[in-house]
Amino acid sequence: MKREPLVNAALFLSLPAVALWAVSTDEPFTITLATRTAILALAGVGLNIALGQGGLVSLGHAAFFGLGGYAMGVLASHAQTQTPILEWPVLIEGATSMPLIWLVAMAVSALAALGIGALSLRTSGVYFIMITLAFGQMLYYFAISWPAYGGEDGLSIHLRNSFPGLNTLDPIQFFGLCFVLLCAALLLSARLKRSPFGLALNAARQNPLRVRAVGVRPFSLRLTAFVISGVITGLAGALFADLNRFVSPSMLSWHTSGEIIVFVLLGGVGRLFGPVAGAGLYILLEQLLDGVSDYWQVFLGALLLTVVLIARGGLIGALAGSEVAHD
Amino acid sequence: MSLLRLSGVTAFYGASQALFGVDLDLREGEAAALLGRNGMGKTTTIHTIFGAPRARSGEIEFDGRDITSTPTHLIARLGIGLTPEGRRCFPNLTVEENLRAAARPGPWTMASVCDLFPRLAERAGQAAATLSGGEQQMLAIARALTTNPKLLVLDEATEGLAPLMRKEIWASVRRLKAEAGLSMLIVDKSLRELAEIADRAFILQRGQTVWTGDIAAIDDDLKASLLGV
Repeated sequence: MKREPLVNAALFLSLPAVALWAVSTDEPFTITLATRTAILALAGVGLNIALGQGGLVSLGHAAFFGLGGYAMGVLASHAQTQTPILEWPVLIEGATSMPLIWLVAMAVSALAALGIGALSLRTSGVYFIMITLAFGQMLYYFAISWPAYGGEDGLSIHLRNSFPGLNTLDPIQFFGLCFVLLCAALLLSARLKRSPFGLALNAARQNPLRVRAVGVRPFSLRLTAFVISGVITGLAGALFADLNRFVSPSMLSWHTSGEIIVFVLLGGVGRLFGPVAGAGLYILLEQLLDGVSDYWQVFLGALLLTVVLIARGGLIGALAGSEVAHD
Repeated sequence: MSLLRLSGVTAFYGASQALFGVDLDLREGEAAALLGRNGMGKTTTIHTIFGAPRARSGEIEFDGRDITSTPTHLIARLGIGLTPEGRRCFPNLTVEENLRAAARPGPWTMASVCDLFPRLAERAGQAAATLSGGEQQMLAIARALTTNPKLLVLDEATEGLAPLMRKEIWASVRRLKAEAGLSMLIVDKSLRELAEIADRAFILQRGQTVWTGDIAAIDDDLKASLLGV
């Protein structure tokens, strides 16, 4: 029980350590990998609030990831071509300022999560999975068939967006930005878990009727959790698109939803640092095994099976013991 | 003034009828016992008050409001605190987390329930699943209290506990009545202990209220015919 904070700290510090080591040995690609890990972990931290704390298996989180990405793409592409997004009734211009883009990405994701959540949370279990999947796929096909923003080809921007006081084109500075956001999300997630809201959410996952009998409505708890979860994943999407300077419908596809679930599962469902461990492991496997075989995901599949069948607590569970910390 | 009033309440589990007309009238500040043999509808009556299952006919009124079709969580928010049969704590939350998860502002806080059940303070950081049965029972009562209810419903709060633990819980319930003046609806098998606390009693038989009156007025005939003791 006491080992988990240690494991968390080690995992957590390894990310900036790798990035700084890469700076000193001048390996920008490694910094990019660390940045990608931080961003994917951020998406996982978002999903973990719904999946780990709320027990909501959403197979539609790519919707928020992709919407965040498209928020970045649309704003930045309009800014670069200097054409307004909307002229009437109000003039809306594009933007290249990251804080503004993040806000838009989070607001769009919040709205989408509110709508999707309000409808899908009327169901549970396998129906919830299918409905979230359906919403995600709806957005995916919409993005493919809407030519204004690249359709199937996606949308690329020439320059990474700017952040006041930083040079975001410098890989380590952009990594720092993503890492700080990841820290903020982890902090929020930890606070949430210990708050009365988080405790009631946790209790509602186990027994909704019991929660109702003490005067709390599970639907409101879950919807709130779903929206917070979607907002964080949307922010990750905006960062991911900025990292690649490219956004495409594949960010919205159900493969992406599945991958985010895999991060959470690999790391340990409901563990605060589970998504960080999962995303790290995923990127590591991708890099190590991709050289061995094009079909490296076969190994990933085997690992996932092992985790699901034998080591339910994921990587964090294996390292820190199966007891979930109550600190 | 009556705090909780049930009139002619019927309820069904699927196709089979469980309540055939329950009448009950609990006054503010009163402790009442709900009695009857096993399977006569005591727990179903309590569940029906909370809307699960819903009353098919009849009326349930709490604190001057009709709650017959109010959603369960709102019924609890109106001020009915339930200590369910079988305790039903949230097993993988700690004692303190169990109490914080549903707490609403009022005189009952973590500190005041720990004053009532000092053991809970000792076990604050322990997962509820690892507590003894009696401690879980205390936690279930404490959880109901921290929602700061107007009415506390205790369903079989001493069932299956060791004699010492039962004594401790009865002592706490007596304190609730004497010091806090809390209105209570108590289901229990132990008539002797109930008689020290409750003012009145309602006896159920086959899902109907068949006797209402002063708990002291329950004589041996009544015990033999309706309570089986």
